[in-house]
This record gives sequence, C-alpha cells and structure tokens, in this order.
Amino acid sequence: MVAVARDRSDPADPLVDTPRRRRRGRRAPTPLVIIGLVVAGLFSAPLIYLIQRNADDVGAMFSTITSASTLEPLGRTIWLAVTVTVACGALGTAVAWLVTRTDLPARRVFAVLLALPLVLPSFVAASALVSLFASGGLLTDVIGLDTGLRVRGYWPAFGVLTLLSYPYVYLPVAARLSGLPPSLEESARALGRRPVEVFRTIVWPQAVGAVAAGSLLVFLYVVSEFGAVSILRYDTLTRRIYAARLLDPQAAIAMSLALATIAIAIVVVERAVSRRRSRVEIAAVDSRPHQVHLGRWKVPAVAGMTGVVTLALGAPVFVLGFWTARGLTGGRSVLGRDADVADLVSPAITTAGLAVSAAAVALAVVLPIAYLTTRYRSRAGGVANTLVVGGFAVPGLVIALALVAWTLNAPFVGRLYQTLPLLVFAYVVHFGAQAMRASEIAVGGVPRRLDDAARSLGARRSRRFRTVEAPLMAPGLAAGAGLVLLSVMKELPTTLLLAPIGVDTLALRIWSATQDGFFAQAGLAGLVLVAISAALTWVLVIRRMPGLGR
Amino acid sequence: MTSTVSSSRFPCEVANRRRRPRRRLGPVALVLVAGLASLGLVACQSGGGGDQVTIYSGRSEELVGPILERFTEETGISVDARYGDSSDLALLITEEGDRSPADVFLSQSPGAVGFLAGESVLAQLPDSILDQVPEQFRAADGDWVGISGRVRVLVYNPEEVAAADLPDSVFDLTDARYSGRVGIAPANGSFVDFVTGMRAIVGDDATLEWLEGMRESGVRTYANNTAIVDAVNRGEIDLGLVNHYYNEQARAEDTGIASENYIFPNGDVGTLILVTAAGVLSSSDDVDNAERLIDFLLSEEAQEFFATETLEYPLAAGVEPVIADLPPVDEIDAPALELGSLGDRFRTTLELIEQAGLRG
Repeated sequence: MVAVARDRSDPADPLVDTPRRRRRGRRAPTPLVIIGLVVAGLFSAPLIYLIQRNADDVGAMFSTITSASTLEPLGRTIWLAVTVTVACGALGTAVAWLVTRTDLPARRVFAVLLALPLVLPSFVAASALVSLFASGGLLTDVIGLDTGLRVRGYWPAFGVLTLLSYPYVYLPVAARLSGLPPSLEESARALGRRPVEVFRTIVWPQAVGAVAAGSLLVFLYVVSEFGAVSILRYDTLTRRIYAARLLDPQAAIAMSLALATIAIAIVVVERAVSRRRSRVEIAAVDSRPHQVHLGRWKVPAVAGMTGVVTLALGAPVFVLGFWTARGLTGGRSVLGRDADVADLVSPAITTAGLAVSAAAVALAVVLPIAYLTTRYRSRAGGVANTLVVGGFAVPGLVIALALVAWTLNAPFVGRLYQTLPLLVFAYVVHFGAQAMRASEIAVGGVPRRLDDAARSLGARRSRRFRTVEAPLMAPGLAAGAGLVLLSVMKELPTTLLLAPIGVDTLALRIWSATQDGFFAQAGLAGLVLVAISAALTWVLVIRRMPGLGR
Repeated sequence: MTSTVSSSRFPCEVANRRRRPRRRLGPVALVLVAGLASLGLVACQSGGGGDQVTIYSGRSEELVGPILERFTEETGISVDARYGDSSDLALLITEEGDRSPADVFLSQSPGAVGFLAGESVLAQLPDSILDQVPEQFRAADGDWVGISGRVRVLVYNPEEVAAADLPDSVFDLTDARYSGRVGIAPANGSFVDFVTGMRAIVGDDATLEWLEGMRESGVRTYANNTAIVDAVNRGEIDLGLVNHYYNEQARAEDTGIASENYIFPNGDVGTLILVTAAGVLSSSDDVDNAERLIDFLLSEEAQEFFATETLEYPLAAGVEPVIADLPPVDEIDAPALELGSLGDRFRTTLELIEQAGLRG
C-alpha cells in the first residue's frame, strides 16, 4: 500500500506527475524566457550594487570579510539560522497539518491567528517579550510571578525568532496540504494503516517540498534579521552591519556582500537537493481534504495550538494593549497628543494598499519564473529563481540604498525616485522570494497531463490558465501572496528611505513612536496592524484554502 | 488501485470548481483598487506648489512635526518632511548626492550630521544663524548648528542605590561596588557620540582603559536608551548611562516609575551635552528657505517648544529649560568641548569599543 504514493508506473494517472514526465518537458517558450531574463536583471540590482561598492577596494573587502569581527558574528548568524529553521520546520508543519487535515475545533480561527505573528515587527515583538517575561517585568507586576530571567542571548533570540517566523513554513505547507486529495489517505485508512503511517507514507512526501521551501525562507529571514537580535543582544552579522553602517560604511558593505554570497550559495544547494528529491507530486484538487479524527488527542492538540498562539501572538498583543492602556490612563502625554485611533486611519489604509499591491505584483512577477523552473527546467529560470530567492537575505537597508543608486543613476528611471511604483518594486525585490517558492509549489501541483488534456480539447492558453490551473494553484499562490502581504505590512528600512514624502505606514508609526519612548502610540498602532492583517489574511489567504474557507 | 480512486474523484472536482472563480476574484480586485486609489490620494496630497522646503528629519514627527507646522503657518513656506533614523537618512543623502531632494538635514545626534560634514555635502551656514548658539554647540567650520540638547546622565533606581553611593565621576563606574549593576548601549549612536566626546577630552588611552574597566566590572549591554531605562525599572540593573530625555519620557508614559536621572557633578566627562543639529545641503536649490527654516528652529517660539514639549535643553534665544530635576545648561558645568570634533573619527571610536570587547 505504501506503493500508492510512490507508484510512478502508471502514466495514465492524471493526478500523479512523475520526474520522468517532468523532464520530458517542452522547450521553454521564448516570451517566458525573456520575461525570466528581465526579472533576473531587475532582481540582481542589490547584488550588482554590492559588488560595485566593494570593487573600489577589494583588498579592504577581503580583510574585512576574513577578520574575526566578521567571522565570529557570521558563525553565530549561521548557528541561529540553522536552529531556528529546524524548529520552524517542525512547528510550522505540525500546526499546518493540524489545521488542514484534522477535526481540530475552531480550525478556521487557528488558521488565521497562526499566520499573524509574521506581521509583528521583530523589534516590537522582542521588546514586548522582554517587558513581559524578564524578571521584574509585567508578569511580576500583573500576577506577581518573578521568572528570574534576564531575557537576552541565544535562547531568547532562538525562541522569539522561531515564534515570529514559523508562518513561513506554516502557510505554504497548509496550502499544499489543503489541496491534497482525500482519496489516498482514505484508502490507506480503509486498509488499516495507522494515522502515523498514513502521515509518513502519504502526507509527508507530498508536503516535503513546501516544508523545504518554507524552511529556506526562515533561514534567509533569520540571516537578515536585525530588530530582535539587537534587542536580545545576540551579536549576528546583520547586527554588525547595522552598527557599522555609518561609522564604517566600507566594512558594512563588505559584510553585506558576504551575507549575500552565503545566501546565494544556500539557495543553490537547496535547489540542487530538492531537484534530486524524488518528486511524485500528487496534483492539488479543489475539494475538502481528508480529516483525521483526533479522538483523545484532541485536548492536547488544542492545548498545544493555544500555547503557540498565546506565546507568538497573544503575549506581544497583550503587551501592546498594556502600553496603550497605561499611556492613556495613568500617564500624561508629553506633547499633549494622546494616542488616537483616528490618527491611524490614513496610515492603516496606506499600509493595506501597499501590502496588497506588492503581493499582487510579486505574484505576477514570479509566476512566469515558477513556470520556467517547474515546467521547463530552463537555465534562465534557474538563475532568476536564485536571484529572487537569495535577495531575501540581504538586509532591507542595503536593498533600499541599492535601488536609490540605480534609480538615480540609470537612464530614464530617475522620475520614479520616491514614487509609489518604485516603493512597490522595492518590496517585490525584497520579498519576492516568499511568493517565488510558494508559486513553484503551486505550479508543481498542477499536473502537465491536465494541461495537455485541456489543450487537446481545444482550450487556449489563457482559458487553460483560468479554468484549469488558476483554481488548482489558488491556495498555494494565496499563501505566497499572504507571506509577502504580511512582510510588507511590517517593513521598515525600505519604506523609510523610498516612500514618497507624506506616505505614512503603521510600521513607520510604530518605529518612530518606540524610538522616542511613546509606547502608548506604538501600542495602539501595533494593535491596529494586527487587526488589519487578521482581516486581510482571512479574506485573501485562508478563505482560499479548500476545507478552511468553504 | 491508485488510478481508480483518483480518477473517480477527479471529474466531480472539476465540476465543482467551475462556478467559483468569478465570485472569488471580486474581493481581491476590490481591495486592490481601493488600496491603489488610497495610495494615489496620499501621493497627491504630498505634492505642493509654491514656496516649499524639504527636510530629512532624524527626529521623529512627534518631536518636531508641530513646530514645522508653525513654520508653515508663519511663513507660508510648505515643509515636506521625510522622517527616519538619522544614520539611515545620512546614508540616503550621500547616496543621492547632487540629486537629493533634501534642503535641510535635521539630525537626532551629532554623529550623523558630523558624518555628512565629513562627506562635504553640507553648505556653510551664515553667521546670523551660527551666532545664535554658543560656540561649543555648533561646527567650527559652520557646517551645522545645534538646535536643542540632551545631556548624558546616569539613570538610577533610588530604591537600590542611596544618593550617597552615587559616583562622583563616570570613571568611578568601573569600581567593584558597581560591578554587574551598570547598563550601557554600546552600539547606540548616543553612546558612540559620548565615547567620541570622551576621547576628545581625556584621550584614546584613558578612554580605552575606561571601556575595558567597564567590561571587566561586568557592565551589561542593551540595544538603546529606552531598554536601559526599562531594565533599571525592572530591577535588572541599578544604574545606566543614557540621555536624560528617556527617563523623562518614560515617566510621562508611566507616572509610577521609580528611576531618576543623576547628573555627574563638577563638569565630569559623563555630563556631555549631545545636540540635535541641523545643516543645509550644498545641493539645495532653495538655500534661502532652508536657512529660514533653521532660523525658525532657533527662534524663541521653537526653543520654547523644545524646552516644554520635548523636555530638552534649549540652546538659543535665552530660553530656559523647564525640567524639574535638571539644572540650566550653564549650571551643568559640562566639560569644555567643541562638539564639532564629535562627528569625525568615528572609526576609531568603534574600534576602541570593539577592542574593549563591548560590542556584543
């Protein structure tokens, strides 16, 4: 029965796409290749900027990169990134499976809440968790519990980043699992397989691509993360880059190039490994997935899920609420300007508009690349893919500065400087990786056979895309768009440098308020951010997953 | 087996699916259109004709926005302000070069404006502006001028440290009795500027010795001033080196906090005054308006605002500070230091801090 999942001998089965069939693929259509090359060119902007900046003094670059003050933080960066990635892979997969394929109570509520930690700016989440859990913090004040902890160093950084970034795994895996046909699991169960075996032999092989993709995103995110490691005093390379950015810009640029190089190497390795993995993709379907009855495991499952949501979302939100309430009731506002929700309406609309636009554009840009790499094995697609994904590890500030340099110095595009289109483009360059990997999984879930069948029935390309492919890919694409959406909503350095003057986002409000100690205002803006992202995540992402939305 | 199960399910799923797509894309399109429309509106608002000046402000909107609005009301010159981190904005200006839209740079700290002065992108200010501010709070070559000041203090928890046990000098903090009780923010701009100031006064060797002494006595490091004040109030540390502003603001948010500011006596190095500073970019195409704005920031009205609203030290127009527990600037007896030297030679400061093992 195990052979069900691995059986690749039946070429007539439209739901199973075998490596052989994939490799047979046609030559990539020229327009698609051209799009791939253009996208690769656009996404290489930060890398070329870094190389150009380092070219002035290659000797200094090498001595910076090989010095102990780069290598030590680099070692810590990689250790943190690897461990957080493993933890997020396990946590994200577990919660995705529970939400999509079991009879867990309140699944829809959990499905939305589980995605939201991604929208919390990391420096806010880290500050909030320190205020809450550190000895003498809010837990001591509110319930008299002294944790005896000094929240700093590796373990808190590991914990906070795991809680903030498991959604990179959760969303793509949930999308993939929600689209798996119930048939295989049902037959396996009918034939007496135990649930654990069903998961191992049937669900896992289909989820592993999404798990790997999400884990890669976690790795790259942790590598480029600045806010949390800075608050929690774990000295990573990105923290060094920020600390040196003004004091020693040349060193900052050299360290950034080292980071980008490592990211690209990781992406290349991951691509090679995942290509070798035997991929027998079962096609996505658009129907209610199989539900495992948790039975006596229901209580522990609900308790575990509640625990994750409480720690990752509940705790920071509680602290944001506490700051707001304290400032509004007990405190006196220094500037006579109390925190006011009305002030946040315009930034809230701007934030949502930017995030939705960036998510839509990101999907449109990466989808052709996903077709190139998944359907055609095109070299142009591979290069574009590597640049899109690797760019995610470059600190946002570097991406912003690179785009400033390019826009002002390249011909014809100077007029775009500090306009909304450039800002959205910057978001796409920064976060395109998130949509990229999710799109590849979505495209991979649509069997070529289906496309061929529709073609033989005379359907044109646009109609095939609309009626056959898009509905099957919808959950996966929505997951990718959701990741971009949530990332843009909290984005700071790019917005700070590239937004047109007068464009204000919630993340900017939060940051500016915390800089000067206006915690009530920061708290209120943070609560609005979480509320809006909850609504958008439900409407645009979770509702699109079969079995969750309908 | 597989194929039977699969293909038997398959057709019905295709049938199920057919009606859905149209309904589904509705809300997406709606949100998208609404989002783009709102962005368009925001963008339109920010474009303005007539007399206009653009400022890149490392001070947040909370701390400077109201006074910029007053400037527009009085002069009719509209102000476009880009708010951000002083360091990031300074890097942005150097990246933009001659094409920078900015006319004025307002820095939260001497470091960032000093960096720009070092990059030679600031224009010389006229004496009419420079002379409004005491000599030690402006650049020697006239590239920038101080607007308001924050004084370096020792924030402490009176429940843990008796007044008699407070140190007479920042150099005493390396004593064994303070071991493990003091917090600093070594990567934060305010601490870096402070160390640069210390180097200018006592020299690199004594500075390095102090930094090493701090590390050896178990100094604890934090991300920024706010985190230090917070840690003092949690009882994690008893003392911390910060700018005076942060304890004042923390008390404004939470009247119940215990921590107090302490100013080192007798013109100690620990009592450095760090200025927020403004300069005009040499690439500005409207130097007149830019200078009018800086002039306004030094006017009595603006200086009153900084004294009463942002709880800082006014530097011009004879305005007195209002904060109860801080004396007037001239009574602080801050060490004699020409702050113009603070902006330069960053790299050495960074190296000393790192050499002392304090960057973690």
